[in-house]
Amino acid sequence: MKFFGFRGGVHPPDNKAQTATKATEKMPSPKMVYVPLQQHIGAPLDPLVKVGDTVLKGQKIADSTAFMSTTIHSPVSGIVKKIEQRVFPLMGKANTIIIENDGKDEWCELEKIENWQEASKEDLLKLIREKGIVGIGGASFPTHIKLNPPKDTPIDTLVLNGAECEPYLNSDNRLMLEDPNSIVEGIKIIKKILGVNTAVIGIEENKPLAIASMRKACEGTGIEVMPLHTKYPQGGEKQLIKAVLDREVPSGKLPASVGVVVQNTGTAAAIYRGVVLGEPLIEKIVTVSGKAIKEPKNLKVVIGTPFSELLEYCGVDREKVDKLVMGGPMMGMAQFTEEVPVIKGTGGLLALTKEETNYTKPQACISCGKCVDVCPMHLVPFMYARLAKKEEWENLGQYNLMDCIECGSCAYICPANRPLTEAIKIGKAKLRAIKK
Amino acid sequence: MGPSPHIRTSETVDKVMLDVIIALIPALLMAIYVFKLRALIVTAVSVVCCMLTEFLFNKIRKKECTLHDKSAIVTGLLFAFVIPVGMSLPFVAIGAFVCIALGKMIFGGLGCNIFNPALVGRAFVQASWPVAITTFTLDGVAGPTMLDAMKRGLPMSDVLIGEGNMYVQALIGKIGGCIGETSAIALIIGGIYLVYKKQIDWKMPVIIVLTVAVFTTLLGAKDPIMQVISGGLLLGAIFMATDMVTSPVTPKGKLIYAFGIGFLISMIRMKGGYPEGTAFSILIMNGVTPLINRYTMPKKFGEVKADGKK
Repeated sequence: MKFFGFRGGVHPPDNKAQTATKATEKMPSPKMVYVPLQQHIGAPLDPLVKVGDTVLKGQKIADSTAFMSTTIHSPVSGIVKKIEQRVFPLMGKANTIIIENDGKDEWCELEKIENWQEASKEDLLKLIREKGIVGIGGASFPTHIKLNPPKDTPIDTLVLNGAECEPYLNSDNRLMLEDPNSIVEGIKIIKKILGVNTAVIGIEENKPLAIASMRKACEGTGIEVMPLHTKYPQGGEKQLIKAVLDREVPSGKLPASVGVVVQNTGTAAAIYRGVVLGEPLIEKIVTVSGKAIKEPKNLKVVIGTPFSELLEYCGVDREKVDKLVMGGPMMGMAQFTEEVPVIKGTGGLLALTKEETNYTKPQACISCGKCVDVCPMHLVPFMYARLAKKEEWENLGQYNLMDCIECGSCAYICPANRPLTEAIKIGKAKLRAIKK
Repeated sequence: MGPSPHIRTSETVDKVMLDVIIALIPALLMAIYVFKLRALIVTAVSVVCCMLTEFLFNKIRKKECTLHDKSAIVTGLLFAFVIPVGMSLPFVAIGAFVCIALGKMIFGGLGCNIFNPALVGRAFVQASWPVAITTFTLDGVAGPTMLDAMKRGLPMSDVLIGEGNMYVQALIGKIGGCIGETSAIALIIGGIYLVYKKQIDWKMPVIIVLTVAVFTTLLGAKDPIMQVISGGLLLGAIFMATDMVTSPVTPKGKLIYAFGIGFLISMIRMKGGYPEGTAFSILIMNGVTPLINRYTMPKKFGEVKADGKK
């Protein structure tokens, strides 16, 4: 077995056992769904419906003419009650369509291409955009754009991210166990779009069942399944490419520059469902976990379901919740209210206790160098904190700050609990401002 | 609220320091065994004075008390370990005060100091009371240390060694020298513990020791093994050169720094005026640390040609 790996990284307690063996449970759609019109990197969308309209499940309800955009569909059938600015899980507020669920789950007519082998690349990409598919990994990059790299950068390999290196999360793991064939079919569609022959799925070793499941489903397809060391951030795009292919993406460049496109396994399944079954992206598998949750679960929920309902469904001890996080504990976003809905980028919902977050008061940096040792981009995080404290923003660039992928490994490992990610985020903003 | 990550290791600065204290315990026990109760008294005076100095400094400057981080205890132990057991207690107290006051607090406290505080204290004592710091005793008998004798070409019969084979005595610590430096085995056990706990990089002490063995031999030392196992080399290499605050942060920098210390020790011992040299070598390299850091920044990920090949 060829194995390359990357230098650096951390081994936080994976806390996956709580939900690893739990089959995905379909959570009943809520009475009211809240669909924010900003669920991908790019332009916010314009609503295509107005208050009082009756909508069907799967009906397109928002779109945009901007290049960097995709579409949004109604996750239920019902009536549009309100369209207003509401808090949503990313920063600030977003225009949100609020739909009252009539409970009938009546689908609209679905456009699909069952014999996709005969369809053109352009038609497939157009359909993927129509189905509102974005990267499932959390960053929510519109998939039809990622699958259409510039002509001058030839792509030879498709790398599938099944690493799921974030602690607690099992949504990709369960999908690989329960529905490997959708992933494989999706991979075939992506290979056709990209015109590549090689596809490799990287999965961390702590998911042996998922590895076996994907191996079985890939038999005879030529798609390779590669076990990866269990280490964070194994699923980071550049780290994954290094581990799987031993290619190093040059600083400031995209994976396409080394002939690679990376897609999440969940995204591949969404592409299959979108293209062949005609289903738009209106559902997500969400791992609900954390020590404040009484019964951690993997839930299949419709987009727009408020977090509060997920927490109630799994049982939550609100007294114990120290931090509510959307996504994984390493890169997820802390939430200040439960009244925000599941969006396309939601892979997990964690109700963490004080004991889990392990937060202690920051102490003096003792120059132990652990942040340097673990940085997967080989940077010097302690230096960023030092320069930020002295407000020497212009010097940050010399230390390659812009290469930071904000994986949080440095802040995780820091014994002095220095606010390293804060310094980096502020530093990046300041540097960008200086350059302008 | 607050940005990611939302989980942290359970490791804290307090725990790092606790590990260092635990690692120093074998050497302390051996010191008490060899130098009797007096070793414990000197160590206690040093630790208490260090803690008191830090407490007072924070009080006067109206800052939060930082004793809980245990770094003052570490400094107190290390300072006691680098002075002879017979030093008068007021000298010990003043030295300990200097360690914390001039070695650490005036720079802004833990993490801000440039030089190893315990060695700052030792340098001060060495300059102020040169006789007190070079008066070694073993079982109540005063005499030169092994390194001193080798340097001056004295007969081995005058040297402070207990009964039996001198290598064995040096390994267990029944020889003359500073309180915590005599037992090579106790120090190595502490070092293995720190490596196991990932608090130090094993390469650093190993490089220092090897460098000293090689260079002292090249410069004419007759007994490189004794150069290594007697004197302050192991204590310095394992516990002082590896001090996180004053040593380089970068992986490559740590190696250069270690080599530098080993080389300087060899030069001082073989060509300089002192039989020792560990303390000054580390202090000198402490001063070079910022420079080493600057020139050994790691090569970032992706610093490659466009085709992804190195």
